[in-house]
Amino acid sequence: MSAFRLEVRNTIKDSRAATRLSRLKADGYKVKAVVTADIYTVNKAFKAEEKERIGKMLTNPIFESYAVDKLTPPKDFDYAIETGYLPGVTDNVGHTARESIEDLLDVEFKVPEENVHSSHITYLKGDLSREQVYRIAESFVNPLIQRINIKSKEEFEKDGGMDLVIPKVTIKEKPQADEVNLEISDGELEKLGKLGILDKDGSRRGPLALRLSYLHVIRDYFRREGRKPKDVEIESIAQTWSEHCKHTIFRDPIDEIEDGIYKHYIKAATNKIRKDKGDKDFCVSVFTDNSGGIEFDKDFIITDKAETHNSPSALDPFGGAITGIVGVNRDTLGFGIGAKPIINRYGYCFGNPQDETPLYRQKGMKNPTLLPRQIMDGVVAGVNAGGNQSGIPAPQGWAYFEDRYRGKPLVFVGTIGLLPKEINGKPSWKKAARAGDKIVNIGGYVGLDGVHGATFSSEALNTGSPVTAVQIGDPITQKKLSDAIVKEARDLGLYNSITDNGAGGISCSVAEMARECGGCEVELEKVKTKYANLSPWEIWISESQERMTLSVPESKLDQFMDLMERRGVEAYVIGTFTDSGRCKVTYHGEMVMDLEMNFLHEGLPTEQQRSTYTKPKNEEPHFACPENLNDVMQKMLARNNLCSYEYISIQYDHEVQAGSCIKPLHGKGRVNGPATVTAPLLGQRRGIVASQGINPRYSDIDTYHMAACAIDTAIRNAVSVGGNVDHMAMMDNFCWCSSNEAERLGQLKEAARACYEVTIAMGTPFISGKDSMFNDFSGFDEKGDPIKISVPPTLLVSSISVVPDVNHCQTMDLKVHGDLIYVIGETKDELGGSEYFYMHEAIGNSVPTVDTVMALDRYRRFYQAAQLDLMSATASVSLGGLGITLVKMAIGGKLGMEMDLRDVPSDGVKRDDFLLFSESQSRFVVTVDPKKQAEFEKMMPDAKLVGNVRADQRVLMTGLSGEFVLDITTDKLEKAYKETFKDY
Amino acid sequence: MAKPNALILGGYGINCEEETAYAFEKFGAKSDIVHINDLIDGLKKFEDYQILAIPGGFSYGDDTGAGKAFANRVANNLLEEILKFVQQDKLAIGICNGFQVVTALGLAPALDEKYGERQSGLMANENNRYTCRWVHMKTESKKCVWTKGVKKLFVPIAHGEGNFYMPEKELKQLQKQDQVVFRYIREDGAPANGEYPYNPNGAILDIAGICDGSGRVLGLMPHPERHLFFHNRPDFTLQKEKYLRENKPLPEEGEGGQIFKNAVEYFA
Repeated sequence: MSAFRLEVRNTIKDSRAATRLSRLKADGYKVKAVVTADIYTVNKAFKAEEKERIGKMLTNPIFESYAVDKLTPPKDFDYAIETGYLPGVTDNVGHTARESIEDLLDVEFKVPEENVHSSHITYLKGDLSREQVYRIAESFVNPLIQRINIKSKEEFEKDGGMDLVIPKVTIKEKPQADEVNLEISDGELEKLGKLGILDKDGSRRGPLALRLSYLHVIRDYFRREGRKPKDVEIESIAQTWSEHCKHTIFRDPIDEIEDGIYKHYIKAATNKIRKDKGDKDFCVSVFTDNSGGIEFDKDFIITDKAETHNSPSALDPFGGAITGIVGVNRDTLGFGIGAKPIINRYGYCFGNPQDETPLYRQKGMKNPTLLPRQIMDGVVAGVNAGGNQSGIPAPQGWAYFEDRYRGKPLVFVGTIGLLPKEINGKPSWKKAARAGDKIVNIGGYVGLDGVHGATFSSEALNTGSPVTAVQIGDPITQKKLSDAIVKEARDLGLYNSITDNGAGGISCSVAEMARECGGCEVELEKVKTKYANLSPWEIWISESQERMTLSVPESKLDQFMDLMERRGVEAYVIGTFTDSGRCKVTYHGEMVMDLEMNFLHEGLPTEQQRSTYTKPKNEEPHFACPENLNDVMQKMLARNNLCSYEYISIQYDHEVQAGSCIKPLHGKGRVNGPATVTAPLLGQRRGIVASQGINPRYSDIDTYHMAACAIDTAIRNAVSVGGNVDHMAMMDNFCWCSSNEAERLGQLKEAARACYEVTIAMGTPFISGKDSMFNDFSGFDEKGDPIKISVPPTLLVSSISVVPDVNHCQTMDLKVHGDLIYVIGETKDELGGSEYFYMHEAIGNSVPTVDTVMALDRYRRFYQAAQLDLMSATASVSLGGLGITLVKMAIGGKLGMEMDLRDVPSDGVKRDDFLLFSESQSRFVVTVDPKKQAEFEKMMPDAKLVGNVRADQRVLMTGLSGEFVLDITTDKLEKAYKETFKDY
Repeated sequence: MAKPNALILGGYGINCEEETAYAFEKFGAKSDIVHINDLIDGLKKFEDYQILAIPGGFSYGDDTGAGKAFANRVANNLLEEILKFVQQDKLAIGICNGFQVVTALGLAPALDEKYGERQSGLMANENNRYTCRWVHMKTESKKCVWTKGVKKLFVPIAHGEGNFYMPEKELKQLQKQDQVVFRYIREDGAPANGEYPYNPNGAILDIAGICDGSGRVLGLMPHPERHLFFHNRPDFTLQKEKYLRENKPLPEEGEGGQIFKNAVEYFA
C-alpha cells in the first residue's frame, strides 16, 4: 500500500486537550495530562519531497508542527486513543485536505481507491484502567460511525505507533434489480411491509412501513400491469407513500371527519382566514411547496419551514442534528425557484441531562442508548456546525427537558427564507418542470447513508433500527450549492424548477417534480455514487445529504453545467422530464421501474381511523405555600426549563448577515428572551419577528388546551417584542407518539381542533408544517425489564410576523429606575401542567385556557402601544408564570423592583406562590416611563400598576397578606438563573 | 470624489460577503462580490480594484484549521497577484475568517516587509468553543488608515479560532512598530487582561486586530460590518429609552461604519 500518515500537533497551546482534561476530571477520571494530535492518512503514492510539501501546507508553522510517517507522542503517557470514521461515513476534513493536496500538486485522487482520511490521537496520562479508557474514548465519539483504537504505552512502543487504517467501503453484492412476488399470503405480505424485501440470502432489507391495505392495492396494480413488480418499484412506492412523505395519519378519514385531520382542521383554517382577510391576505404560497411563503413587503416574500430529526438524533445526535438543520435549509432553497436562507431556529426536547439511568435497546442489558446529556451535547454541537458553517444566523430557539424525552429526543430545526416576488419578470414562487427539461442533480454523491430513512422514521425506535439511517452532514458542500443557486443560477434563469432531495432521495424529488410536467425518464447509472456496487434500488432511494434536483431546459444546460463547475459544485444529468404520464427508470438500459404517475401519487388508499379520548383525572398536589418565597424562587429559576441557556445561544452565530436587532439574550444581565427580530434588507428597518410556543405537559390534562396555549404563546411571545398579530403566520410541528392507538389519535384530533379554532379566532394562518407520529422508545430499563417510553403529545407552534420599523421593538430587561411596572391580563388558578407543579412532581387538572377574543383585542392594542414607544420593557408571561418573568426582567436590567401582589389582576387566586407561578395565558409584564402613564393607561385599560423599578439590586414583593414574601438581591437571582448550565 | 472599486472575495464557504459589500457601498465604493475561482480563471482581475476585502465565513468548514484551506487555494493559484496588490497604494482588509487567511498568507503583519511570510496565527479559542458575542475594543494604531477617528469599537465576534498568537520577539516588534490596531477591553475602557468574556478567545496581549507596516492592510477578528446601524446594537432598546427621554432623535448609524468610510475616503 502506498499510503502515508501525517501528524499535525499544536505546539503552543492545545486548547482541545485542555478542555478534554478538565471535562474528564469533572467526570471523575484520574487523568493527569492530555495531549492531542490530528492525523491525515493519505492513501496515494507521493515522493518524499511531495509528502513534505503536503505536511507544510497542512500545518500552521506559527503554532503547529508536523511529522511524516511517524508520531511524536509526549514523553510520558499511559494510553493512546485513535479515533477515526468508519467506512462510508462522510469525512469533511479528509475531503478538504484532499482538495488542497490536489490543488497544491496538480494531481487528482482516484476516489474512492485513493483518498485522504482524518483521525485524531489522544494521549492520556493517568491512573486509568483499559475499560475506563474505552469509556473515555466513547465520550469523544459515537461508535456507530467512528472507530476507536486503544493502545497502552507498551503496545504503542512495541508496534511503533498506532495502526494504518484505511476506512474503505467494500460491497460484494452484485447490483441488480430483483423481482418481488406479491402473490403471497397476507401474513407474508405483512412481513414484507414490516421487515422489507426478502433477499436471496434470506435476510430482509429493512422496513418498508407499508400497511397491508397498501400492499393489496399495489398487488392489484401490478395484476393490471400484467407483470411482477421490481424491487425498485416497491421501494419507491414505500418512500412516496410513507407516513413521513404523505402524512397518512393526517390524511386518513378519522371518525366523522371524512376529509382527515389535515384538510379538515389545518388547511381549512388557513383557507377561511385568507378568505376573511380579503385584500389583507398576506399569504403567497401555503402547504404546497417545500416551505410556506408570505408577503414581507411589496417586493419580497419571506418563507418558513420547520422539520424534526428525532430518530436520527437519538442514534447519532451530532449527525442527526447537523443533517436536520442543513436539510431544512434546503426546504428554503427549494421554495419557489429558490429562497435565500436568512434565519435558522431550533427547539430541543431532551431528557433531563442530570439523569444517568441507562436504557437498553436489547435484552440482557445490551446496546445501551445514549444518555440525555450525550444526546444534548451532540445535538447542540450538530446545529452549531451546520448553522454556523452555512452562514445563517440562528437567533431564536429553546430547550425543554422532561423525562419522557429520554428514549427519543425531539429536535426541531427551522429556516426562514427571503426572495424577491418577481425574478426575470416572473413570479418567483411558481415553478414547473417542462417536458424535455433535463433532470439535473447537484451537490453530494450517493452512498448507502440514509437508505430507508423515510420509512424508518415512520416506525418506532427498536432493536432493528438500521445504522445506515445515520449520516454526517457536509455543510460546505451545501453552502457552495446554495450560493451557486440563489446568488447566481436563479437570477440568470437557468432552470425551470427545483426541489430538495430529502426523505426518499431522488425517488421522491424526481417523482414530485415529474408531476409538474407529467412524467420522467431516469437513467440510474448516471447518478454519481461514493463507492461501487450499489444496487439500483439503493441509488434510487438513498438519502445522502446536500443534494437538490433541478429541471434545466436543454438550451440552458451548457451554461448551467459550466457555472456549477466554476463554483466547485458537482452537477450531473440523470434523465429527462416527459409528459408520458409514467415514471420510468432504467439501469444500464434495463427497465427497473415503469409506473403510472397517477398511481404513484394518487394510488395510496386511505384507511378509516377511529379515535377515543378519555380525559384523565389527575391527582391534585397538596403542599402549603411557603411563607417566604426566596428559596422557591431560586429553585424555580435554577430548573432546567427556566434557567439560562446562554451557553447554547452564544455558540450559534446570531449576527451573521448583519440584520440582527432583538437578539437571543436581553439586557446587560443577558436573559434568554421569548422572540427575536431581524431586519433582513440592509439599509431598511422593516423587520421579521420570530417566536415559538410549546407546552407539552399540558397534554397530560387536555391536548386541546395544550395546542391552544402553544398557539397563544407563540403569538404572545412575538407580540411582546413588538410583533404584529395582523401580519403573522404560523407553522405546526406535531410530534406525537403511538399514533396507531385510538387514545393517541383522540388526543391528536383534539389538538388539531384547537389549531382550527384558535388560529381562525386570531387570524393567524398556518402556512406550513410537518408531523412525526411515532416518537416512542421500546427497549429495556436499567434492570433489564421491558419498557416503553412515549413522548408526551407535543406541538411546536412557530410564528413569523412582519413589523414596519424595528426601532419600535422592545426587550424584557428593566431599563430605568422609577419606571412603573404593569401586569396586563388576569392571573387565574391555572397551575395544572405548570412548571411549579412539575417541581412538586404533580400535574394537576387546572390547565390554562385561552380567551381568544380578549387576547386578540389585547395584542392589537399592545402593538399600537409599542408603535408609540409607550413601554420601556416588555415581557411575555409564559413557562414559570409571573414570578419568573418579573425576576428575569430584573436580572436582565441588573436593577431591582418593588411590587405588591395584591395589585396583580387575578381571579380567585388565594396563594402567593400560585399567583406567581400560575401559567395563565395572554399576559404581559411591562414598564412605563411615568411621563407616559396617562397615555399608556388609556390605551391599555387592562394593565394594572403593581410596582416600580428600583435603582438598587433589590427585588421586593409584598404578598397577599401584606407582608413581604420576596426580599432578595438581583445578584442572587442571577446566580440561581445561571448556575445550572454554567459548565455546559 | 473618486469611487473606489472594492473586490469582495467569496466562495467555498465565505459567508459575510453580502454585508461586507454593502458596507463599502454604503459609503460610496462600488463593490463586486467575486468568487475566487473567477480570479483563478482570469475572468476577474485584481488590477481593476483599489480595495480588497476577505470577508468572514467558514471557508472549507474550517477543516484542517480555520482559513488554512482557503489560504492554500489562494497560495496555490494567486499568490503573486495578491502579494502585488497589498504592496501597492491600495487597501486590504481581512475580517474573522478573512483575518485567518490574511495571517496564513502573510499579508500582515509582514514585519521587515516580508510579505508572504507567515508570522502570526489564530489558534482555537481558549474555551475551545465557537463563540458569538459583542466585544469592546480600543484602537491604538496611528498608522492604520482604516481606523482614522476611531477610538473605541463595539462590535460582535463569531468564531472558534480567534486566539491571536505570535512569538515573543516578533510580538515586541509588532507593538513597537505601531501595528497592533485593536485590543479587547472592558466596557469601562480598562484592559481585558486576557479575562473572559472581555477577551473572548485568550488572544495574546488582548490583540483583536493588526495591520501591516504601511497601515493599509488590516486584519481583525471582530465584525465591524455587523454594526452598521443603531438597531444592531445589543443594547439599542436601552439606548433608545435614553434618547426618547432626552427628546433626541434616534441615531441611524452604527459604530462599525467608520472603518469602511475611512477606506472609501482614502481614495477621495
